[in-house]
Amino acid sequence: MSDIASRVKAIIVDKLGVDETEVTPEASFTNDLGADSLDTVELIMEFEKEFNIAIPDDQAENIGTVGDAISYIEENAK
Amino acid sequence: MELKRVVVTGLGAITPLGNSIDELWNNLINGVSGAAPITRFDTTNFKTKFACEVKNYNSNDYFDRKEARKLDMFAQFALIAAEQAVQDSGIDLESIDLDEVGVIWGAGIGGIQTFTEEVRAFVTGNGTPRFNPFFIPKMIGDIAAGHISMKFGFRGPNYNTVSACASSTNAIGDAYNLIRLGKTKVFVTGGSEAAICEAGVGGFNAMQALSTRNEDASTASRPFDKDRDGFVMGEGGASLILEEYEHAVARGAKIYCEVIGSGMTADAHHLTAPHPEGLGAKNVMKMALKDNDTKPEDIDYINVHGTSTPRGDIAETLAIKEVFGEHAYNLNISSTKSMTGHLLGAAGAIESIACILAIKNSIVPPTINHFTDDPEIDPKLNMTYHKAEKREVKAALSNTFGFGGHNASIIFKAI
Repeated sequence: MSDIASRVKAIIVDKLGVDETEVTPEASFTNDLGADSLDTVELIMEFEKEFNIAIPDDQAENIGTVGDAISYIEENAK
Repeated sequence: MELKRVVVTGLGAITPLGNSIDELWNNLINGVSGAAPITRFDTTNFKTKFACEVKNYNSNDYFDRKEARKLDMFAQFALIAAEQAVQDSGIDLESIDLDEVGVIWGAGIGGIQTFTEEVRAFVTGNGTPRFNPFFIPKMIGDIAAGHISMKFGFRGPNYNTVSACASSTNAIGDAYNLIRLGKTKVFVTGGSEAAICEAGVGGFNAMQALSTRNEDASTASRPFDKDRDGFVMGEGGASLILEEYEHAVARGAKIYCEVIGSGMTADAHHLTAPHPEGLGAKNVMKMALKDNDTKPEDIDYINVHGTSTPRGDIAETLAIKEVFGEHAYNLNISSTKSMTGHLLGAAGAIESIACILAIKNSIVPPTINHFTDDPEIDPKLNMTYHKAEKREVKAALSNTFGFGGHNASIIFKAI
């Protein structure tokens, strides 16, 4: 697992209070991991902070799964 | 239209004197002080270094981590106290009409710790406004009432009352009045506060409202003592279930007592100082007595606001003497803030519980920490100093007064 993927998963486990085994690339924040709309906003903010990037709102809307988040950050993190 | 009778059918509390009703009452009648050095933040630079904290509090004992992160401590205390009260009432959540259960909560300040953390993160950052999406719904004072409704599914009237240290008495008064009017059958009411943080203590210190007796914390809350030097901050939550009498009887509920009066007035005088002759305090007790034509002689016990501030304590005793006349000397009076500290918006709820249990158990909890009489306070008044007194309490009145000149009283009567 890449460094980015493990850091993303750690944030999700911490913020959503879910078990690490549930955080698979296909897992949807809202459908599988119990996040509501505010949780999702908080996750995006945590990713921005952790990886020192800015995720524009129109991009954030497309990040619905753990895998979406990892690929977006891999492409955009410096 | 005939007004309904209102009774108390459940109690719950998490307080500086214990995290259950039994523990709280036991400590109240044994004259235990809840004051100790502050553990929640570094007090090195603060004038006041002690308070009445809820002891050994760990949110994970009550909430899972994800839930706790979204709840300011004032809302956590609210949920804990409300859950105890709902359980104590024996309400069956499966069979009760959830549209007929409301929540009126009293928090005077709300999530001041959450506010502090979020603003601190912003001002120490690079100017980008990265506020947490839970900032506002964690901080706002009404959220405790919202959380209680969501936890149990109670769909009746739902709001928070804000009148500083009178907040939860106003909440209980509103719940009483709405049941009397037939609007709702049952209310979860009470109050909570969690302001023992840098901004809370620093803010009240700046007003010179807090005791600074750091060397002797457990005797610092000394209402009516000549050397009182301010209040001692407390925290916690306390909850009461108010219920329409016939509804309680029909479901075979345990009934603690009846609520027979509520008053609410303003001093219209000063931001923080009480009216010197206790005008608003006098009017509010009279208004509460009037609800059911209660005579002053019917009251046996007054749980006073009595915060241990120099002027407030005097004004309140003057008001009591004026309302109760000669009967003032037959009353038992006590300030349980001498033990619990001042729970701010939750004061009215925890002190209502002291009144209700005084009626139930025929014991008046004491005013501890009395050393020197104040010449400005009538020594013939029985302040129940030092030790609890056995006494049949047929009716008890609780006073609370808040910054802004808000006064609220509530009367409980044996049934």
